[in-house]
Amino acid sequence: MSESLNQLYTYLQFPFVRYALIVGVLIALCSSLLGVTLVLKRFSFIGDGLSHVAFGAMAVAAVVGLTNDMPLVLIVTTVSAILLLRTGTNAKIKGDAAVAMISVGALAIGYLLMNVFSKSANVSGDVCTTLFGSTSILTLNKTKVWLCVVISVIVVAVFTIFYNKVFALTFDENFAKATGTKAGVYNLIIAIIIAAVIVLAMNLVGSLLISALVIFPALSAMRVFKTFRSVTICSAIVSVICALAGILISIVASTPVGSTIVLVDIIVFFGFFLVGSIKTRGAK
Amino acid sequence: MSLIQCKDLSLGYDGHEIVKNLSFSVNSGDYLCIVGENGSGKTTLMKTVLGLNPLISGEIKFGDGLKKNEIGYLPQQTPVQRDFPASVFEIVLSGFCGGMGINPFYSRQQKAEAVCNIEKMGISNLKNRCYRELSGGQQQRVLLARALCATKKLILLDEPVSGLDSKATAEMYSIVKRLNSEDGITVIMISHDISAAVSYASHILHIGTSCLFCTKEDYIKNQTTVFPEVTGNE
Ligand SMILES: Nc1ncnc2c1ncn2[C@@H]1O[C@H](COP(=O)(O)OP(=O)(O)OP(=O)(O)O)[C@@H](O)[C@H]1O
Ligand SMILES: [Mg+2]
Repeated sequence: MSESLNQLYTYLQFPFVRYALIVGVLIALCSSLLGVTLVLKRFSFIGDGLSHVAFGAMAVAAVVGLTNDMPLVLIVTTVSAILLLRTGTNAKIKGDAAVAMISVGALAIGYLLMNVFSKSANVSGDVCTTLFGSTSILTLNKTKVWLCVVISVIVVAVFTIFYNKVFALTFDENFAKATGTKAGVYNLIIAIIIAAVIVLAMNLVGSLLISALVIFPALSAMRVFKTFRSVTICSAIVSVICALAGILISIVASTPVGSTIVLVDIIVFFGFFLVGSIKTRGAK
Repeated sequence: MSLIQCKDLSLGYDGHEIVKNLSFSVNSGDYLCIVGENGSGKTTLMKTVLGLNPLISGEIKFGDGLKKNEIGYLPQQTPVQRDFPASVFEIVLSGFCGGMGINPFYSRQQKAEAVCNIEKMGISNLKNRCYRELSGGQQQRVLLARALCATKKLILLDEPVSGLDSKATAEMYSIVKRLNSEDGITVIMISHDISAAVSYASHILHIGTSCLFCTKEDYIKNQTTVFPEVTGNE
């Protein structure tokens, strides 16, 4: 035990380990705050959907021969995130179906383009990149850490300021609109910060992990707590603790970071599930 | 100047007309009941007045300094997801959301008022309960309390008694009546219950193939001659 603690202490001397901890915790915090709304609005899989859009954009960039595809990918994914999220409850195609449509469509078109036009045929490699992140969380540099810190601070601030609007709009958008809330403006603001978090996290930690970070803490908290505020706070705490634990365990046990965090999230979810069912049984 | 004035309204969806040539006005302190068959366009009218549905043609004017964010609304259906975590208090408080503009947080006074509205609905014991675990009638009261938070002037109720038992229905009617007579809130209510409409309302708007807007007294006089089908099942 003390040996692994020693080992951990040694590892924490390395800047890249500290960077990974900072970025992991911040992304976990942001995505869990937004996760409650996303899960309730049936957008749980938006991270996966957007990663496929990113892949489609990379394919297009490769075909037209762009050497630096990053700006194109960023713009395309952000715009599709905003388009998906902006419409709110009155969309003709509901959240999950819209995400599925965009994700499958982009994947198919991207793969087709790659196959027909590709010179470098590393298709599976590119797919892997979008799923697990273009840079591993352990190879972050200082600039990316700062970018992550700045965006996280903005996201937490915006979320706190608009918390009551987010609740009103998520619970009953038509009532909010009917009684004078400017739903279009707020939906757009929320969509932009969600897009920012997801696109950022997708690049840093990969879409597999971002989906897990969006879904698990929110669902865990919803097993036990019954009010919006307590669910939001609980899921933020759960998410941060799981990310921290996951990264530390992965360093000591030298397991893949993303998968370890997800595993911790799954275990915690079952813990909450048990507590939740004991609580409801106790109430009866 | 009346609170709401509607002239030659034509209502519908995607350019398809459902109600046309509808004119009526509501003055402060009125209690207007909207009646009509299923699918005649009552909910559509209410949504159009609230700006949730585009108007095909005609004009809706708000008078007496009535602002868009001073209207309370109780929808016919509130499709809440099975797993939505929200307490009664949080929902009632969210009624203030439209009225406070860009101000991010609810004031202490608003919180006190929300508690007061919860008391008015007789559901103080449910204040911290989870909304989705309440019965239909209890949920209806929560949503009415929320609507009260949104307004001091005008409240629009879309079939507030659907799904309530006869005791709760009578209670709901008397609550709404008190809001109108004691708190001076103007009420526009959709109802299928003609006898209740006639006994509580001050004005009646009948929507159908032909629309009729008149005071309750005229409506009673006209009822048998103009709308025999309405009185048929009384
Ligand atoms: N979203 C919609 N898109 C297109 N048509 C609609 C829509 N909602 C309602 N309609 C149509 O408009 C007509 C009027 O509907 P509305 O909901 O206003 O009726 P209502 O008078 O409120 O009926 P009820 O007594 O059943 O509540 C109906 O024929 C309905 O089919
Ligand atoms: Mg209706």
